[in-house]
This record gives sequence, structure tokens and C-alpha cells, in this order.
Amino acid sequence: MAISVDSPGESQDLCRKAGYSYTFLSDPNADVIRRYDLLHKGAGVNGHDIARPAEFLLDSSGTIRWINLTGDLRVRARPDEMLQAAKSL
Amino acid sequence: MPDNFPANAGATDPGAPPNVTKRRPNAPLWLGFLIVVFAFLSYIPIFARYPVTRDMPWANFLFFALGLLFLFVGLRRAFTQPHLYRGKIAGSILSTLSVAALAFFCLIIFSLGKRLPPSAQAPKVGQQAPDFTLADTSGHTVSLASLLSTSDPSHPTKGVILIFYRGYW
Repeated sequence: MAISVDSPGESQDLCRKAGYSYTFLSDPNADVIRRYDLLHKGAGVNGHDIARPAEFLLDSSGTIRWINLTGDLRVRARPDEMLQAAKSL
Repeated sequence: MPDNFPANAGATDPGAPPNVTKRRPNAPLWLGFLIVVFAFLSYIPIFARYPVTRDMPWANFLFFALGLLFLFVGLRRAFTQPHLYRGKIAGSILSTLSVAALAFFCLIIFSLGKRLPPSAQAPKVGQQAPDFTLADTSGHTVSLASLLSTSDPSHPTKGVILIFYRGYW
């Protein structure tokens, strides 16, 4: 699933345009983003606080098995990296 | 006095080169500048197509190098053969813009993207992911726990990938 500060409507537009079929959740006040210590203060338009990119793989018990905290905005986890990590579950 | 100042002083200046209107346009300058503009704007389209160029945009740097080479050729003939080629002023402006574009590109690629918070308190491997409840795209609330559990015993949930992304605000 994906989480951002976008509203449900904005995420819906994105899913429709990009063809994403997984769950998109809205965290408009960045509460969950803050709880995961992923807040990027003032990095959004008009100085809004947004999430920094981060990916977590959880097993069925909710335990974190793999994390990608990128050091560079341009460099995100690639699909094959995630699939490789998911194979270990 | 302004009234006596000849309006066409340049044209009648006996010191001006006689064939000033016959100078050829300096195509490499403009071609080089166009290539530099392309190099600057094409980072995302190129890596969307060839993902290997995302982390190190060598294709864009090749285009920058090619564009600057053309600019150098054009600039050199504008200054060494000014009687044959135009482009002293335009070439200087285009070259300055091109070098600035390359510098800005390097700043974006090598510096701006790395200005990220440390996230030292982010959950670690082996820890339990903190539960939460948020609205999905239809406005229904969804909890992490509900995604981890499943009502279908023949297809048990193997896991969940959480992707935090910047969004489009």
C-alpha cells in the first residue's frame, strides 16, 4: 500500500491515471508519517510538510523484514528489489 | 549635440568591415545550445525509458558534452574569424546559459536530492510496524492490521509493502 499527504481524491486521480490497483491511504496531517519519523519538513509546495520516500516490507505478523530509506530523492527502491525482498517471506 | 549625431554612424563608419552583412550565421552555436537544452530537460524521459540512467545520468552528461563541444566550435570561429561568422555576442550568451544549465543540473543531481531528514527514529528491521488507520481513495478507513489479516483462509496474506511517497500535494 502507499501513503502520502495527498487527499483521497488526489490519490484516486493518480491511481486512475497510472493504473495502480493497490491501496492508497491519505495522511493529510502527516500523523502516521510523523509516527514513522519520515516527515520531510517544508519540502512540499508552499512549505507543506510531506513524507520523505521510504519503503517497508512487513510479514503477515506486521514485523518489518526489509526497509529502504533512500539517501537520494531520485533513487527509490526498484520493483525487482522489492520482489526479491518479498520472496524471503 | 544630439541633433547632429548621425543615425547611421555604424554603417558609414569607414573603419567597419566592408562585408559585414555577408557574414555567415554560426549554426553550431544554436545547435549546441539546443542540445544543451535537451540534455537538461530529458533526464526524466530518458530514465523512464532506460532505468539504468536514473542513478547516474551519463546519457544526459554525454548530451551536455556534445552541446558544449558545438558551442566551443561556434564560439571559436566567431572570435577567430569574425569577418566570416556571426555569433560573438549570441555565442557568449548561449555559452554562459549552457554552462549555467550544466551547473544547475549537477546541483539537482548531486546535491538537492540528498537533502533528506535522517529519520533516525524510523522503525527498524525486526520491529513491529506501528499500526495506523487512514482513509483510502474512496474515503473508507483502512487499518494496517486489517491489511495484514485476511478473511480468505485459502489465500493468506504473506505480507504488506508500505510505500511512503512525497505525493503531489
